[in-house]
Amino acid sequence: MTTAVFENEVVTAAKVRFLTLPGLSGEFALITIDNGHDHTRPSTFGPGGLASLDAALDEIAARSPAPVAIGVTGKPFVFAVGADLSGVPAIIDAAMAREIAETGHRVFRRLKDAPVPTFAFVNGVALGGGLELALHCRYRTIASTATVAFPEVFLGLVPGWGGTQLLPNLIGIDPAVTVVVENALAQNRMTPAPKAAKLGIADAVLEPADFLERSLEWAVGVLDGSVTVPRPDVDPAAWDESIERARAIVAGRTRNASPGAVRAVELLDLARNGVDGEAFTAGTAAEDDALTDLLMSDPLRASLYSFDLVNKRAKRPAGAPDRSLARTVTKVGVVGAGLMASQLAMLFVRQLTVPVVLTDVDQARVDKGVAYVHGELDELALRGRLNRDELNRLKGLVTGSLSKGAFADADLVIEAVFEEMSVKQQVFAEVEAVVSETCVLATNTSALSVTEMASKLEHPERVVGMHFFNPVAVLPLLEVVRAERTDDATLATAFSVGRSLKKSCVLVADAPAFVVNRLLTRFLGEVTASVEQGTPVAVADRALDPLGLPMTPFELLTLVGPPVALHVAERMHEAFPDRFSVGVGLRKMVELGKSSVYSEPGVVDPELAGIDAGDSPLTEEQVRERAVEALAQEIRLMLDEGVVQAVQDIDLCMLLGAGWPFWLGGISAHLDRAGVSEQVTGERFLPKGVASLPA
Amino acid sequence: MSSRERQPRPLREVVFVDGVRTPFGKAGPKGLYAETRADDLVVRCIRELLRRNPALPADRIDEVAIAATTQIGDQGLTIGRTAALLAGLPKSVPGYAIDRMCAGAMTAVTTTASGIAFGAYDVAIAGGVEHMGRHPMGEGVDPNPRILSEKLVDPSALVMGSTAENLHDRFPHLTKERADAFALASQQKYAKAVANGQIGPELVTVATRSAEHGWGVATLDEPPRPQTTLEGLASLKTPFRPHGHVTAGNAAGLNDGATGCLLAAEDVALELGLGVGMRLVGYGFAGVEPEVMGVGPIPSTEKALARTGLSIEDVGLFELNEAFAVQVLAFLDHFGIADDDERVNPWGGAIAVGHPLASSGVRLMTQLSRQFAERPDVRYGLTAMCIGLGMGGTVIWENPTWEGFAT
Repeated sequence: MTTAVFENEVVTAAKVRFLTLPGLSGEFALITIDNGHDHTRPSTFGPGGLASLDAALDEIAARSPAPVAIGVTGKPFVFAVGADLSGVPAIIDAAMAREIAETGHRVFRRLKDAPVPTFAFVNGVALGGGLELALHCRYRTIASTATVAFPEVFLGLVPGWGGTQLLPNLIGIDPAVTVVVENALAQNRMTPAPKAAKLGIADAVLEPADFLERSLEWAVGVLDGSVTVPRPDVDPAAWDESIERARAIVAGRTRNASPGAVRAVELLDLARNGVDGEAFTAGTAAEDDALTDLLMSDPLRASLYSFDLVNKRAKRPAGAPDRSLARTVTKVGVVGAGLMASQLAMLFVRQLTVPVVLTDVDQARVDKGVAYVHGELDELALRGRLNRDELNRLKGLVTGSLSKGAFADADLVIEAVFEEMSVKQQVFAEVEAVVSETCVLATNTSALSVTEMASKLEHPERVVGMHFFNPVAVLPLLEVVRAERTDDATLATAFSVGRSLKKSCVLVADAPAFVVNRLLTRFLGEVTASVEQGTPVAVADRALDPLGLPMTPFELLTLVGPPVALHVAERMHEAFPDRFSVGVGLRKMVELGKSSVYSEPGVVDPELAGIDAGDSPLTEEQVRERAVEALAQEIRLMLDEGVVQAVQDIDLCMLLGAGWPFWLGGISAHLDRAGVSEQVTGERFLPKGVASLPA
Repeated sequence: MSSRERQPRPLREVVFVDGVRTPFGKAGPKGLYAETRADDLVVRCIRELLRRNPALPADRIDEVAIAATTQIGDQGLTIGRTAALLAGLPKSVPGYAIDRMCAGAMTAVTTTASGIAFGAYDVAIAGGVEHMGRHPMGEGVDPNPRILSEKLVDPSALVMGSTAENLHDRFPHLTKERADAFALASQQKYAKAVANGQIGPELVTVATRSAEHGWGVATLDEPPRPQTTLEGLASLKTPFRPHGHVTAGNAAGLNDGATGCLLAAEDVALELGLGVGMRLVGYGFAGVEPEVMGVGPIPSTEKALARTGLSIEDVGLFELNEAFAVQVLAFLDHFGIADDDERVNPWGGAIAVGHPLASSGVRLMTQLSRQFAERPDVRYGLTAMCIGLGMGGTVIWENPTWEGFAT
């Protein structure tokens, strides 16, 4: 049998102290969970950490006379954030995976089965295995500033160290479905302490200033009977309906493409048998099975790869110039006052808190743009996100002007005018006439050549593409486009501004439609072409369901907007006529002003009847193969063209800009896993083990 | 121009409602609070005062005065204000930092109490902290060179142990043996008070972090040495002078700790239903030659007695800070009180429990108020302490439970 050892594990030590407390006869054994780092590196449990906790419990068991209670708390600001996922690549076979699962269960269960009352003092964030550790204790206090969550399902796992069994039997199945499934699949939403206590996850909320002192007093109160802890009965009758709800959430959010989510629901269902004795043994055994299967699955490995991209690569963009080259931006100009421009103005003023000037060709449009930003700011203030002073400050920073002279002292001017090369060139020329020599000119174009846009300027090296995604305030991706002449200072400034805007920046070359739009257009083009050759809309639209994309192709078309999709498609057709076609149906939609192929859900708009009139329909599977093969081909070409530094950047773009799911690894992990990349391009995108099980 | 009549000047009685302190620790890397911040010690005291006095709405507090001798780092940043914010008091409650070395907390009390009497405040929190482990005595000081060049102060004045040796010179009859005997009694009285449960209720627990050992909790004073013997005391080194008198055994140690108390105008305490532990009678501060700072409490006590119209015979309980045994003996000697008089430090003193400089004044007061509660036969009590650079401070209190009030 292989024994799980994570190389380079940052071992979380469990340190025991035996405390004498006022009002308590006998010792209180307090375990501190602490990995020896500050709060920026929260404590996690790998094999070494579990062994340390096991040893701490041995030490307590050996203490004579026996302590009268056991407590667990965390290092400052952190309780514990779960299993050490950085060690997963070291798990090379099912036996090792099972050992990790079983060890966690065995060690944590010692608290559940302890002969004396056990307490978790949740002093800070408790995620996953950290929360499970707390759930194994009989009582819990929580600091009012702490948050708890089960992120496992978000990552493609299950809370498999007892979480799926203990939580529903503590707080009831419906809230457990919310915490384990619904919140995890809603961008990993966390539960703040007051809410956690209301749900019954914690028994008492205490302020952080004297959290541990008050927790110990509370514990003494529980032990001497002066504090009673109500535990409402869990309603077994609620199970069926709640599990149905969980299934619907998983189907809606993942189209059942994430094995972790599906298994989590099965385990929650099983929890109806309770957590006493044998039932808990059976429940945890089922968790062991699920964890073993999932840890040894490609989708989970792809999820962890995605997680790593989003958390690490997104923060240190590959190919970005040295940060020190960036210029300080103290004022921003926005050319255009339409919806996109106004959204950009809102983002810049909110995140940079510098003056932002909007210009447009007539006063009414300028006023409308400024009014939009002011209205959005008022909205934030109403929701309590801005106080009165902040509102006054931000509103005062946003102004409008008919004259580009207002940009004279701006350090960055971004244009968001009509997608027409001559218009954009004209705008940049006018801006260059008034701004300083070092002012950065940025374009939010989605498909035009940034190099061409800059070509007629005196200083083309100051032009950079900053391609945001709609809705600008929500989507985290920013494609930073280096044009042919863009210099390092300009590029560094764009990255620095992007970081200040709290966007994840990816460096892309000035290639048609950059990354996200190029791939979505290619992909959508294959689906619409399938329709045009006779595949029914409904068949084509559900063909990609097994991938679990966040929306169907035609939902995506509606979100992007047919006019934008058509514009990009036309540009791509110009650039690569052999691979990108401009669909007749799409053109018709734009001509008719249709935003959707459907007039009502599931019903193709009668005015679009005939868009699927071809005579060689494809099956769902054929449509799917065609679409993913096109993706593989396009990605290989993009890599060969040098559009990005590495395929990881493409995956990052698809994760953050298109919301493609973790379990596909953006997309390359899926293409490798399905054998499509090798079939289409003759090679994998990533070596085995990077976003998949090791070879 | 308004000619409106201003409010008439009220002059109100000031009461000591309640006092708390952290357990005191030994300063240094192995001490109880080696990895605990000074401001966190203060925060615990403030929060516990509010918890123990739930009748007090937090927004009725008009001032938070916190003393520290070394106002650097976690004892800096206007600690009265920062501690108030950290304790979660309403932002409308102001605060300040105050310093008079060892009498910091005592001065915080007299200053805020004066504000109450004057009508500027209704309720105040006063306290002090000294984390001598994180902030050793003299950290960052920059004495003016004129002090030496103009011989303004004897060079020994800045070394407290040396000033205690100087007292032995001035009062040769206050021998090392008398000092050691007094120190032993302090340890014994303290141990007895702990065993009787007299010391303990005023303590607030403090969570103590150790990166090596994990979280612990401070519930007891660390400095006391209940096993002390006269023989043991006699054998200790005299670090301030070869063959001298002052040892680690007959002086207070280097300590960490914080104290806090709640003061209120008596009418406000009654209005809110707050307890009354003591009533302030009066106070005095006085200066002496810095090189014999230990005699400071003598003139300050005379001043306080004179201003309150009382005499030393009226005082039934003394809480004298034991910075050095010899300095307490000098006080007792001056007023003709025996070394082992039962009225003096009945629960022991700083030689046993420790002396985290600026915090100690409120420890004396808290202890006196608790003695008052069990001593209705006593009407007046006195808290006094010597202060570095040659000063003394004395505060006289009245026992609200004095049996004479009932008749």
